[in-house]
Amino acid sequence: MLSAAEIDAVKLSLSVALRSVLASVPFAIMVAWWLVRGGRRGRVLLDAFVHLPLVLPPVVIGYLLLLTFGTRGPIGGWLLSTFDIRLIFTSAGAALATAVMTFPLVVRTIRVSLEEADAGLEEAARTLGAGPWDRFFTISLPLMLPGVLAGAVTAFAAGLGEFGAVITFVSNIPGETRTLPLALYTALQTPGGDAMAARLAAISFSLGLAGLLVAELIARRMRRMVGR
Amino acid sequence: MLKVHATARRGSFALDVRIDVATPGIIALFGRSGCGKTTLVGIVAGLLRAEHAVVDIDGVVLEDTARQVRIAPERRRIGYVFQDSRLFPHLHVLANLQYGERRAPAGERRIGLDKVIALLDLQPLLRRRPRDLSGGERQRVALGRALLSQPRLLLLDEPLASLDVARREEVLPYLESLRDEFAMPMIYVSHQFDEVMRLASHIVLLDNGRVLAQGGIEQISVNPALRAIVGVDSIGAVVSGTIAVTDPVTGLAAVRVGNGVINVNLSNARPGAQVRVQVLARDVILATHPPEGLSVRNMLAGTIAQIVADDAQTDLVHVDVGDAVVLARVTRAASIALSLRVGMRVWTLVKAVSIRGHAFLAPG
Repeated sequence: MLSAAEIDAVKLSLSVALRSVLASVPFAIMVAWWLVRGGRRGRVLLDAFVHLPLVLPPVVIGYLLLLTFGTRGPIGGWLLSTFDIRLIFTSAGAALATAVMTFPLVVRTIRVSLEEADAGLEEAARTLGAGPWDRFFTISLPLMLPGVLAGAVTAFAAGLGEFGAVITFVSNIPGETRTLPLALYTALQTPGGDAMAARLAAISFSLGLAGLLVAELIARRMRRMVGR
Repeated sequence: MLKVHATARRGSFALDVRIDVATPGIIALFGRSGCGKTTLVGIVAGLLRAEHAVVDIDGVVLEDTARQVRIAPERRRIGYVFQDSRLFPHLHVLANLQYGERRAPAGERRIGLDKVIALLDLQPLLRRRPRDLSGGERQRVALGRALLSQPRLLLLDEPLASLDVARREEVLPYLESLRDEFAMPMIYVSHQFDEVMRLASHIVLLDNGRVLAQGGIEQISVNPALRAIVGVDSIGAVVSGTIAVTDPVTGLAAVRVGNGVINVNLSNARPGAQVRVQVLARDVILATHPPEGLSVRNMLAGTIAQIVADDAQTDLVHVDVGDAVVLARVTRAASIALSLRVGMRVWTLVKAVSIRGHAFLAPG
């Protein structure tokens, strides 16, 4: 069976992935909204910026996070002095790095579902007396929901395995930042760790596959629920 | 009084419209597709911007660009029935109906949910989702939803255009009962003349963004500008009259028009009712002497008011039959042979069956 360290790594991965999704989804909705319904200005640039984590080496993302969210970085320093929050070397930092890496994935799925939702319906709601926030919460958001949930589940599954940005930003601390892939990497570096590495790889494999299946299932069911 | 003034540019297309009519009543915007009907309706709803616009419903100014007044669409309380219904797919019919009702000011709820459900026969649909409705049912729900938002004005943008003929006939009576039930001004966009004839009290003929003519149906139906829009086979005077007698056996109703009587196929009417009948110009025969021994039942005596060249070979003759005008389409050769001229006394003959399909109970 699994050792205590292995169970720790799995639990930590689940928690980090969950927190990363919770942090990224609201921003992803805003960005997707701007990309689809927002003004033309800045759209191309924003689109490119959002997709950067897909093309940059994860180490670069980790490094950029260190620069901005490190204890002496502009945001990291402020967070530490004002709220006493430290991201570096913590699981919260791991969640942040994961959120940044999976962000393009979430934005993409939400964006597609928003593009499918007819803007004419928002117009109709408008003539029926619904203001901007009212329209967003009663019409646009429910119609986007399949994309939001599918994106969240996919990002969760992908977030379980985030490696490069995490290890660069928050290092590899057992019980704090040593997630599944980091534990797997450590096991491979340790003499006699082969069996542990194999078990962790198998867990990663099943979690990833389950995540993708659940995402597809949710997307289908939700699409039926919103009447499409 | 409803005032809609608008000038707007969309690329090379220019819209310039002024409408001032008494309320309530149904104003029909009639013209070919691309003439600016939908643009105008969008401006009235506030969804589209115009360079200059005035939208004033019975003294409530919703937009007046000269005075920098522009109420947001969500606060105009103008009901909009779209061609493609635009029901919310994630809500069932009842929730769709209540969407606008819930957002209407509490003190302004004159139109009740139960009444709308009864009027539009929506009871069996309430728990269904929009995707499970037929096209006609969808438009009925869209109508109900717009009505329940307690609008000051109802915009109907070709609400029947996406329906086939049978479905159209299924929804039209609901529009008529809506017109008769609520004293609410409406703007009805259409490119089907029979819908307009059936519903409208004021007609605005639009072409390429401009008003060619506007006025009552009788007046517009004999306007030469209509000919280009409806085509040669659909041109014909619309006359209003009172039903004198009905014959339940033959289904014919005798309608008093001007100084004569014409017989039309009209099964659901009672004596005394006001009706509108379109007499197609191509089906009217002119005689310079009162004819005898004919099977034609409909003969109206009158004088020629105007002769308009229709094309190279034909004339449209306007015959004043007393309180009404009938159009006759005659060949130039016949026109010359009979030496037709303005002021001449003539008899117009029409077969009962060739009076356009059916007559309609007049609005109001």
